[in-house]
Amino acid sequence: MPIVHTKGLTRRFNGFVAVDSLDLDVEEKEVFGLLGPNGAGKTTTIKMLTTLLPVSGGSAQVAGRDVRARPAEVRKVIGYVPQMLSADATLTGYENLVIFAKLNNVPRDQVEKRARNALERMGLSEFGDKLVRTYSGGMVRRLEIAQSALHFPRVLFLDEPTIGLDPLARRAVWDMVRQLRDEYGTTIFLTTHLMDEADALCDRIAIMHKSKLVVLGTPTELKERVGVSSLDEVFIHHTGGMIESGGSIREIQRERMTARRLG
Amino acid sequence: MADGTGSFLQSSKGFIAKVYVMVELEARKLRHDPSELLTRAIQPALWLLVFGVVLDQIRLIPTGDFSYLEFLTPGVLAQSVLFISIFYGITIVWERDLGIVQKFLVSPSSRNALVTGKALSAGVRSLSQALIVYILALVVGVGLDLRLMNILLVGVTVVVGAAIFATLSLIIACLVKTRERFMGIGQMITMPLFFASNAIYPISIMPKWLQVIALGNPLTYMVDALRDLMIVGWVSEFGLALDFAIMGVFALVLILIAGRLYPRVGW
Repeated sequence: MPIVHTKGLTRRFNGFVAVDSLDLDVEEKEVFGLLGPNGAGKTTTIKMLTTLLPVSGGSAQVAGRDVRARPAEVRKVIGYVPQMLSADATLTGYENLVIFAKLNNVPRDQVEKRARNALERMGLSEFGDKLVRTYSGGMVRRLEIAQSALHFPRVLFLDEPTIGLDPLARRAVWDMVRQLRDEYGTTIFLTTHLMDEADALCDRIAIMHKSKLVVLGTPTELKERVGVSSLDEVFIHHTGGMIESGGSIREIQRERMTARRLG
Repeated sequence: MADGTGSFLQSSKGFIAKVYVMVELEARKLRHDPSELLTRAIQPALWLLVFGVVLDQIRLIPTGDFSYLEFLTPGVLAQSVLFISIFYGITIVWERDLGIVQKFLVSPSSRNALVTGKALSAGVRSLSQALIVYILALVVGVGLDLRLMNILLVGVTVVVGAAIFATLSLIIACLVKTRERFMGIGQMITMPLFFASNAIYPISIMPKWLQVIALGNPLTYMVDALRDLMIVGWVSEFGLALDFAIMGVFALVLILIAGRLYPRVGW
């Protein structure tokens, strides 16, 4: 049974259809990548699956729990890292972890231990008691992923986890994602613009274009189907490679802001 | 929004735990950067040391057997709590842009608990104002009631009052969603709330229409309670029990409204 299952999942904003009848199955322990140009509906999809945004039509289940009927149950088994840099810069790394461990119902006697463990695994032990505003972008991202995984979620949603990161920091994030999957059996559902990232990290990918799912499969399958050697070409093949689909100003501003803060 | 499965006791335990985490978050932030507490001392100092002292000389406002400074001191405390809390909602806009609100909302926490936690966080910030006003009042020789019970109840009044205005502020932030519009509305409602209250002059000297508004203003009941608790010999106009009951109802209703609106911030 798939751990994320959507049927006809739809979201409308004042007449504009942001996600159009999405049918998707994500298997347990998979690293699943949702790709697409800006404005294709990736973030909207994640927001519906994480119960942040009400669903306009269709249905979605996460770990067998319906996001419309039982959102509070869904929240117990998921983790989420938004696209923006969401760690609190005015707190220390350790405090960021402790607060979210408590919000995510980590048992009281485990909070401190898990927070310290997480810092160590991320190579942030010596920075744990420093304010996050002194961290580099790569460190913040690693902290955020750890923050969202302290309660061992069944599914972890990452929205553009490596946006604005340099290649080295990006690799560190990839390693963390693989580690979470391998050691805790966490299913990873991520969005990305980067085809090399999708190719290297994801077991299967889906490409969205203009609010609809256009293709789904393993990176190898998708390349073979189109008869090309790179995912870039697969992407261009399915999305028409037109510059016109640029995403909204607000979306781009937000990305730029995140990128700038990541320095 | 409660989970429905656990017993009532269990869910209220969970509720309190989540409120506590939100307050802990605020307290930790304050500990790292307490500078705000000092800059916040300037406004009440001006009100008491300049405005209060000057008006005290000319005895323009009828305050019975009490000096104008005695009358004004609780009003200034209420006013600085109002000014801190009414802009508290801006933090929601800020946290939305950073993605922090979204992470709160994805956690298994009741929306009402998150909002209550935010409201009480504003209360924690406001408590420092009580300390500042007490010190200033002693400096200008106001006869303060320094019994422990009274001081504790002043703390409660400040926290509940802050919660009311902070929640009102959160509601506005949830509705307008941008910094600019939020600041505009904040500016627009602060002074009317302040002037249509008994903070700096008694209700009895107001024109009739203003009296009606003042009686619907939660700030009036906060000031009334503070006068009774802070000034030796002052007896509250409405009764402490009624003051607290009215403030409690305001806080509860506003929190329930904010709890419904808060999730929209994550859209």
